[in-house]
Amino acid sequence: MMHSISNSLMRVYAITTKEIKQLSRDRITFAMVIMIPLIQLLLFGYAINTDVRQIPVAIVDQSDSAAGRWIVEAIKVTQVVDVKMHLTTAKQAQEAIRRGDIKAALILPPTLTQKITHDEPIGQWIVDGSDTMIAGAIKQLQNLSLNDVLPEPTSSQSLFEVSLFYNPEQRSAVNIVPGLIAVILTMTMVLFTSSAIVRERERGNLELLITTPIKSLELMIGKILPYIVIGLVQMAIILGLGHVIFAVPIDGTISHLLIATLLFITASLTLGLIISTIAQTQLQAMQMTIFILLPTILLSGFITPLEAMPNAAQWIAEMLPGTHFMRVIRAIVLKGATLMELIDDIIWLIGFTLIGLGVAAKRFNKRLD
Amino acid sequence: MSAFSDPQWVIQAQGISKQFGDFTAVNQIDLNIPKGHIYGFLGSNGCGKSTTIRMLTGLLTPTTGDINVLGLTIPKQAEALRQHIGYMTQKFSLYDDLTVKENLQFIARIYGMKRDLSRARIDQLQSTYKLSQYQHQLTATLSGGQRQRLALACACLNQPKLLFLDEPTSAVDPQNRRDFWEQLFDLSEQGTSILVSTHYMDEAERCHKIAIMEKGTIKADDTPKALMDNINAHVIEINASELRPLKQALITHAEVSSAAQLGHRLRVLIDKQIADPIAWVLQQCQQYQRQINPQDIAIVSANLEDVFVSHTGKMSTPPDTAKA
Repeated sequence: MMHSISNSLMRVYAITTKEIKQLSRDRITFAMVIMIPLIQLLLFGYAINTDVRQIPVAIVDQSDSAAGRWIVEAIKVTQVVDVKMHLTTAKQAQEAIRRGDIKAALILPPTLTQKITHDEPIGQWIVDGSDTMIAGAIKQLQNLSLNDVLPEPTSSQSLFEVSLFYNPEQRSAVNIVPGLIAVILTMTMVLFTSSAIVRERERGNLELLITTPIKSLELMIGKILPYIVIGLVQMAIILGLGHVIFAVPIDGTISHLLIATLLFITASLTLGLIISTIAQTQLQAMQMTIFILLPTILLSGFITPLEAMPNAAQWIAEMLPGTHFMRVIRAIVLKGATLMELIDDIIWLIGFTLIGLGVAAKRFNKRLD
Repeated sequence: MSAFSDPQWVIQAQGISKQFGDFTAVNQIDLNIPKGHIYGFLGSNGCGKSTTIRMLTGLLTPTTGDINVLGLTIPKQAEALRQHIGYMTQKFSLYDDLTVKENLQFIARIYGMKRDLSRARIDQLQSTYKLSQYQHQLTATLSGGQRQRLALACACLNQPKLLFLDEPTSAVDPQNRRDFWEQLFDLSEQGTSILVSTHYMDEAERCHKIAIMEKGTIKADDTPKALMDNINAHVIEINASELRPLKQALITHAEVSSAAQLGHRLRVLIDKQIADPIAWVLQQCQQYQRQINPQDIAIVSANLEDVFVSHTGKMSTPPDTAKA
């Protein structure tokens, strides 16, 4: 018994050291391990910005009143809009929107002061609704209450009050960076392992390997061990740079962060292994990886909140390890949550790995037929 | 264990077939391979040699038939067999991006060899197979002969009782091939049984025993000498000029199973039923208005190629195009 366990460990060790040696000689892959998280972090962190600022607008102030000027100033202060021009009629504003000079215009009517005393809507925004993000941002301005605007309170009219927890500055980088860990790890981990066995098949190594005493599970475990370390390195790069460059707060405990990431890495590697037992060529493995990667980017809550999606899409999303990890990593990094509070997702990731390893080992047949 | 696990045989197979869809790769073959022999499968590409080897190693499940290798029922006990066999695949199957030594170390670990034992064994194999000076070289940069020696070293690492070599010399030059066979005889001397497949006649002739395969069946099996002695045809050589039309004419006769040109000579296989083949040939030549002197025709002893041709049917095309 002891003998067979030590032999088994020896075989896992043989596969793992071989993988590391091969990886260290594959310069491009080695460079990608570092460059993927680095470049993508900078790219996504800066470019994906879901909070809209500095929308070009025009003001049509027909009231020519002190209250009107106060309102305009208050809107400028929000930085949501950038007042590009002052116009005199609503028609001029419409034309400017059609030309694309501005995205919206605020029309303050001559009867502004009466409207304030009568508790009626004060001004009107006309908005280019083609970009929903811009429209949404302007709609948010409705939330400004008159109390915020006028020096002396004349009215208590306000639509709602909004107070923000976590990420009070509403910077998307704070939400994007932890989510990026899920996306990048899905991409690299699934891709590395999905091609790991297929490559051996393509190069003819597999026919020799399966005539040796190695067991399927030993081969699987030996193959994923080196990539676990790579996954942790990538996480460290993303979170470290995210913290330094984008000031992403890291509120959670590092040990919880590590455990959660380890679980996700092994789940992704397992997914890659399953793919590698199905695909016959590296190209097929690549296609299947993209098949998993795209929903992980689009459905996992990385860009659009899960809650905003139709039920069917949510079910699909819940099948992806990335979705569970997305929730976990954001909760730990941004809100300081503990693993116990996220136990459902944690159990799901563990279950996925165990079942996946079993499926991969079972699917990997030491036969050629 | 089954009735046929006799220790004098390393491989026994009865009625094994392998079907891939509609294609029958191996059709009802029986094998009895004695211990300590170098046993050869001789046949053209696609005749079922590799498929048979893969069934014997447990890589493919036979559609029908029983296999017993080293006393183990295959494919059921294939896992147990793997500790005792070495396998050299037709396509080079070691890692190009590892060095010679790293490949050997990898295989040693896979077989669970202890560190001291494996170090000694690897040193020994590297010197036996003249690989010591290349031990730190990446396998991708080795020559065909060096790669083949490395593959053999890896296949022998666990000191297998039985070695399977699937066309081991197809990528090496004649000198390397000769050296390689010297090494096989050394292994055989040390008690290793070897099953080797080849399409080279000179290689087949070195085997203790061979099986001639064609289209998934075994046409004949015996020692090369017995096969040559008992050939079912007269082998005659005609020494003349303008042999092409003569060859075309002779090959049309049912009694002629082969006519192959060798420079100025035409080597013809004629049915054993014909009592006097020289007279028969002279008679045929006369019919075609060709004057051949009787002293230019001679009965010669058969070589293995003659045996192969006589068993694998009429070949009107040269062997190279017939293969494709």
